[in-house]
Amino acid sequence: MELGQMQKSLQDYTKSLFVEGILDSQFLQLPQLQDESNSDFVSQVVSLFFQDSDRILNDLSLSLDQKVVDFEKVDPYVHQLKGSSSSIGAQRVKNACVVFRSFCEQKNVEACHRCLQQVKQEYYLVKNRLETLFKLEQQIVASGGMISAMDLGF
Amino acid sequence: MTVGDLSSSPSSSRELHVLAVDDSFVDRKVIERLLRISACKVTTVESGTRALQYLGLDGDKGSSTLKDLKVNLIVTDYSMPGLTGYELLKKIKESSAFREVPVVIMSSENIQPRIQQCMTEGAEGFLLKPVKLADVKRLKELIMRSGEPEDETKHSCPKRILQDDTDSSTSTLSSSLDVSSLDDDTPSSKRMKLEPRAHD
Repeated sequence: MELGQMQKSLQDYTKSLFVEGILDSQFLQLPQLQDESNSDFVSQVVSLFFQDSDRILNDLSLSLDQKVVDFEKVDPYVHQLKGSSSSIGAQRVKNACVVFRSFCEQKNVEACHRCLQQVKQEYYLVKNRLETLFKLEQQIVASGGMISAMDLGF
Repeated sequence: MTVGDLSSSPSSSRELHVLAVDDSFVDRKVIERLLRISACKVTTVESGTRALQYLGLDGDKGSSTLKDLKVNLIVTDYSMPGLTGYELLKKIKESSAFREVPVVIMSSENIQPRIQQCMTEGAEGFLLKPVKLADVKRLKELIMRSGEPEDETKHSCPKRILQDDTDSSTSTLSSSLDVSSLDDDTPSSKRMKLEPRAHD
């Protein structure tokens, strides 16, 4: 595939993430924070989000699997995940967390289990899509092309 | 292109030194970059307790060793385990060394009583998360305009919050407190609240 085509693919792919609501405008803030002094910022912060989320989801699973669920513990985890997903623009994850928290408030264990599954689903989706996005970018760069922040905005 | 890592001397009056407090790894990274891109020197810590240690307010040692510590702005998350942002704010305002330093609270939740409580306690402003570059730029302008805190013997009235001027990407409210109709998932909702100090 030639460079121009790749770049078009990247643009289309990126656009689809916004159209599907997987990402929101906060994600567009991130390239603005990248410059020569920190040329990898977007991928760094996204990686950090993945690491952080993996940990939180693990802790959440453990907490919800307890015989007696301690919502004092569960809610802060969801709050954390809501915060970090919001900060990088992972809209669907954030929204799933909002729903999750309302069930935590109600101390509804069964609903919370369902919410956890939903959050996981959305998380794996955005993770998968972002990993694909970065791969597309890498291919472009490897072929001598350049990625500009404009490619991510529309 | 702004570069945050200027090697100016610590006493450079043009470069703001900001202490950012947040328990979230992701948010710390983001706020650090937001501030650096805005040409601020940044120190990040992960808790209110660490912030107090950094400022020498943890009571273990006197603050004499930190006489040269220059912090122009403290930005802190509200919901943190241990010391909340509000509790940190109180401790800072109680200290003689740092009570003049503007403190801005960040929160993902647009809860009126919470905001009011912080403003009453002396917070300079409140930022709704997720924080955007425009928010930080505006905040920086406000802080730089307020001038050097040490020169003021009393609380001067900082400039009123920059009303929403030309920036269409973030909307600011008037300084009235009516944010009840907004929820934190609305992109165009009120993002920043800054007003003259409620006390004095």
